[in-house]
Amino acid sequence: MNEKFVPRIVGFLCNWCSYAGADLAGVSRLQMPPSLRAIRVMCSSRVNPLFIIRVFLIGADGVLVAGCHPGDCHYQKGNYQARRKFAILKNIFESLGLESDRLRLSWISAGEGPRFAKVITEFTEKIKELGPNPAKEKVFL
Amino acid sequence: MSKVLKINKSAEESVQELLKFLLKSGKVKGVFTLRKINDNGAVAYSLVTSLDMLKDAVPLFPLMPANGGKLLSRLTLRGSVAEPVVAVVRPCELRAFIELVKRKQGSLENFLFISSTCSGVYPLEISVNGNIDKKLSQYWDATKRNEIVPDTRPTCKSCEHFLPYTADITIALIGKKDIGNKCEIFLNTEKGQKFVDGIDGEFVEGKLESEEVVSMRNKRKDEKKKLFDEIGIEKFGLKGLIETFGKCIGCHGCSKVCPICYCNLCYSDSQTYEHKPFVYEIELKRRGGLRVPPDTVSYQIGRLTHVGISCVGCGLCADVCPANIPISTIFLKVGDSVQKMFDYLPGRDVEEQIPVTTFKTEEFVEVED
Repeated sequence: MNEKFVPRIVGFLCNWCSYAGADLAGVSRLQMPPSLRAIRVMCSSRVNPLFIIRVFLIGADGVLVAGCHPGDCHYQKGNYQARRKFAILKNIFESLGLESDRLRLSWISAGEGPRFAKVITEFTEKIKELGPNPAKEKVFL
Repeated sequence: MSKVLKINKSAEESVQELLKFLLKSGKVKGVFTLRKINDNGAVAYSLVTSLDMLKDAVPLFPLMPANGGKLLSRLTLRGSVAEPVVAVVRPCELRAFIELVKRKQGSLENFLFISSTCSGVYPLEISVNGNIDKKLSQYWDATKRNEIVPDTRPTCKSCEHFLPYTADITIALIGKKDIGNKCEIFLNTEKGQKFVDGIDGEFVEGKLESEEVVSMRNKRKDEKKKLFDEIGIEKFGLKGLIETFGKCIGCHGCSKVCPICYCNLCYSDSQTYEHKPFVYEIELKRRGGLRVPPDTVSYQIGRLTHVGISCVGCGLCADVCPANIPISTIFLKVGDSVQKMFDYLPGRDVEEQIPVTTFKTEEFVEVED
């Protein structure tokens, strides 16, 4: 395995929980790999499956969708709907023989700085095992 | 068991008779059905109110020039039809219409639905070449013999849902040896029975789900397995997707004819992905090459996530594809797998909620990490 490979992970973080969780992880000076490119969304359910497909095809090595724990959604039920959409997308990826392991859905609350660091570390390790996203090399946008 | 109306005429004539009766008696004010355009096998859906025009109706003609469900949605998008209309559509077209009604793109009000046990339709290509008339006898022979009709759309050959789910009246065709001179018309609902009240014919009891239907369903299941194995979608991966959709010319015809793709402000037709030069420059630096037009793979996977859950497998997308991409097979396979997650069958029941519009608090814990 190429030790120098630092995965690029695009993370869609919900404004109310996971983005604040990321913030907490930062101000707590927790160690984690510099692999995440964070995009703040108002709710995990705002993430159109097209966004994920798009960044995957452009060449992101991993895509993370993170939101509030079930029952804690700022908009009552957004994360439940996000979960359904994510499950469908994952199923479609599997049906088409694409690497669905490059997609991850995690619930991280605003108080869970350490959990955020753990999720990022774990996911980065996993992506390292998978290697770079082959979409990067394709003659395709 | 349900009520059956028997008419001693060929299936085509019996349905004509039924439509004429409904219109003449004033029970319906309009008939939505396939109608001949010329003698060369060209047909189109029409809404007919005059008896004279009904003469050219060919309700059972094995061709789908457009998905009837989509057309009915266009007719009722801005409000339901004011007076009773009878619509003769195929099972998948009816299912598509139900899916559109669930999405508030049409109204079922004032419609009486007639459908049939469906042997499928021929690709449009056969009709535009003027060759369809030669195929008609083969079509009806295979239907009588309870065989899969050769040369029909691949999705038709492998369709398990050839019995309509929500039709008021169903014409029994599959495996009926004597459709040349007799026709069995199943009256599934009270509404259906009320409408045919007073027509000439014999009323008996019967079962639509006959042995022939069961055996046909098994044949279609086998055919479906064969079709899926041939294309091997699950082994596609990125490489397969690029090879398959690399042929796409980006006309978006598949989405134009798709009954479920109803958005008139489609993301993929918008200028969202018309990139600035620097985006192309960055991509070129990284990849050393760029396909133009871009976005064919993301377009198709995106469409899968949007309509896969409701895909009825009518097969029009593959039919109109100028690059001969087997889109309908891919959508059928992926749609099947997504629909199974929720035990959802598009168009089975108008009360059944579309899975993406609802949720359960305890589900899919396996996708969380």
